Amino acid sequence: MTDKIHLNRPQLQNLYADMLRIRRFEAKCTELYQAQKIRGFLHLYDGQEAVAVGVLAALSAADAVVATYREHGHALARGVPMKLLLAEMLGKVEGCCRGRGGSMHIFDRERRFFGGNAIVGGGLPLAVGIAMADKQLRPGAVTACFFGEGAVAEGAFHESMNLAAIWQLPVLFVCENNLYAMGVPLADAESQTDIYRKAEAYRMASLQVDAMQPLQMEAAARQALAHVRGGRGPFFLECRTYRFRAHSMFDPQAYRTREEVEQWQHQDPVQRLRNWMASNHWMTAEEETAIDTAISTEIEAAVAFAEAGTLEPVADLERFVLMATVVQENADVQEDVQGDVQENADQQEASP
Amino acid sequence: MNDRSVRMTYREACRQGIRAALQADPRCFVMGEDVGKYGGCYAVTKGLLEEFGSTRILDTPLAENGFTGAGIGAAVAGLRPIVEIMTCNFSLLALDQIMNNAATLSHMSGGQFSVPLVIRMATGAGRQLAAQHSHSLEGWYAHIPGLKVLAPATVEDARHMLAAALADPNPVLIFEHIVLYNTEAELDNTITSVDISQARVQRSGTDVSLLTYGNGLPKCLAAAEILAAAGISCEVVDLRILRPLDMASIVASVTRTHRCVIVDEGWKSGSLSAEIAARLAEKALYELDAPVIRVCSREIPVPYAAHLEQATLPQTDDVVKAVQALVKQAAGPDD
Ligand SMILES: Cc1ncc(C[n+]2csc(CCOP(=O)(O)OP(=O)(O)O)c2C)c(N)n1
Ligand SMILES: [Mg+2]
Repeated sequence: MTDKIHLNRPQLQNLYADMLRIRRFEAKCTELYQAQKIRGFLHLYDGQEAVAVGVLAALSAADAVVATYREHGHALARGVPMKLLLAEMLGKVEGCCRGRGGSMHIFDRERRFFGGNAIVGGGLPLAVGIAMADKQLRPGAVTACFFGEGAVAEGAFHESMNLAAIWQLPVLFVCENNLYAMGVPLADAESQTDIYRKAEAYRMASLQVDAMQPLQMEAAARQALAHVRGGRGPFFLECRTYRFRAHSMFDPQAYRTREEVEQWQHQDPVQRLRNWMASNHWMTAEEETAIDTAISTEIEAAVAFAEAGTLEPVADLERFVLMATVVQENADVQEDVQGDVQENADQQEASP
Repeated sequence: MNDRSVRMTYREACRQGIRAALQADPRCFVMGEDVGKYGGCYAVTKGLLEEFGSTRILDTPLAENGFTGAGIGAAVAGLRPIVEIMTCNFSLLALDQIMNNAATLSHMSGGQFSVPLVIRMATGAGRQLAAQHSHSLEGWYAHIPGLKVLAPATVEDARHMLAAALADPNPVLIFEHIVLYNTEAELDNTITSVDISQARVQRSGTDVSLLTYGNGLPKCLAAAEILAAAGISCEVVDLRILRPLDMASIVASVTRTHRCVIVDEGWKSGSLSAEIAARLAEKALYELDAPVIRVCSREIPVPYAAHLEQATLPQTDDVVKAVQALVKQAAGPDD
């Protein structure tokens, strides 16, 4: 499948840099979590970088993205500025959602990034609806919908697959099959563990890909997108991958062995791509250093920005519960931030 | 600690309750997401898979509507399932089964069936988990005829309510507040059961009744302590059972104090606190020297940032201020 990508130096280096950037960002998040600056639930993406990077590299600005609570990688690969992402996770008003969403709820309208959903399977029906709108309003646009294999057991998955199929909607379903849903191994959760075969039941085109191989992953994403863009209906991509870290920061990982994790780490997509590129002269030592330095600089700047951020005044707590006007997707953000209404005047004087 | 009591966390008390239920009745089993290999998302069922095996501690796929409905069917047909839904937020995916099956089967069938099912779930906010993981839905469920709704606030109730719930012929929902899991208290060994019919006065007082449940209880007890220093005597009532409400105990307390503050982490509109206030207006209006006051969550989805989340939730300080305002108001403007 690699032969479908015409390999070139800048493209390969971007692929590597984008993956490394996510890996390093997550490492910084771990640090900030340990320092209790990031709180709540934190789900890291280590091991799965090739999925987000492979799919999002192939999307255009007009396309839409729907993701899960494990979405830092998708947000970064989509171009959500790192500093806005980090400020959000530190609960600052400068964050992309003014500190109201946090790690699990990253939204960025400008980049058509529709979250950040913490209900497993919750994003799939939303993706179907976005694709319905786009089919009429933005012909050619595709909605890429990311979810874990755990979501496949939910009713929302089956309902959404069927709707997208009968209405031939431009949805790219991207199942990140990392073999575990929290502590439940795939084989305990699914009678059919080849998830891509579920698509057959909905007569939806599908593909299974080894997502530990970044080049194969990217090629599969391009193939899938070509299908959807060609007006041939939705596509289902099963990406076989592995989560290197715990499910969240509270997980003692009793359900899998250290050896199993180490086995998979031998397939680390970031490290292996790096080694392959270095030994095949796709990246010089200087180029690698430059990539590394650029990432460090960006992360340091993002941390500084987030730390220097401010807190939303408590007086603004009840904003955005209801909006005064319909938000146009391409409207100026600042303007409709003023456009919310205060529903609960009663509530405010309620505490005597 | 002495031989008569043992210190334990609310989490451990929940676990002991489940262990005891599994030991007592071979028909009893636990079913839910990550209750086994993972040890429970809030570690309540940790160690139980090793002790009881995978037919009694059943890990399910992510299929809330499916396995909750399966629990209903299993209960109707003779087993005694304890269904765990990780948090009440995800119970919304099972709402159809809970409301349309569990709550209705007995009545719709003209009494031919009963549903001796227990559903446990975590509830509440306070750990910066943001909107989709911070709902307090117990008041919602308390809206539904055909269900019983319990809210253990103490280690004792966490330990013993489950047995009473399993003994009940009806579907019983138990809401465990996420902030309470790590709280600790002495558990009296000589107490081996609790009722699931009555509210409990946790602190007696004469000036104001504080009606609360779940994580509101420690906040109200703290407020009562502060107010006592200022010469105001609060009676703190732990509601314990949110459906059916023990109105007799509530009215009795208000009859003693003549003033009432309801403290509830739910929203105000169409809520449990609204229900209690309405029933007090119906049954005890002339006992009241002042309007009922409610201290509830602000009517917004719970935000992530710590300061916003804390400002959203009812706090001890809000309770103190509410009581002070109430006492002043009741005493009259010149007092
Ligand atoms: C409806 C619902 N049920 C349960 C949960 C709790 N939960 C969060 S993530 C998760 C596992 C999901 O696994 P998977 O879909 O494979 O995604 P992964 O975490 O592996 O990326 C569970 C059970 C939830 N967030 N939503
Ligand atoms: Mg998974």
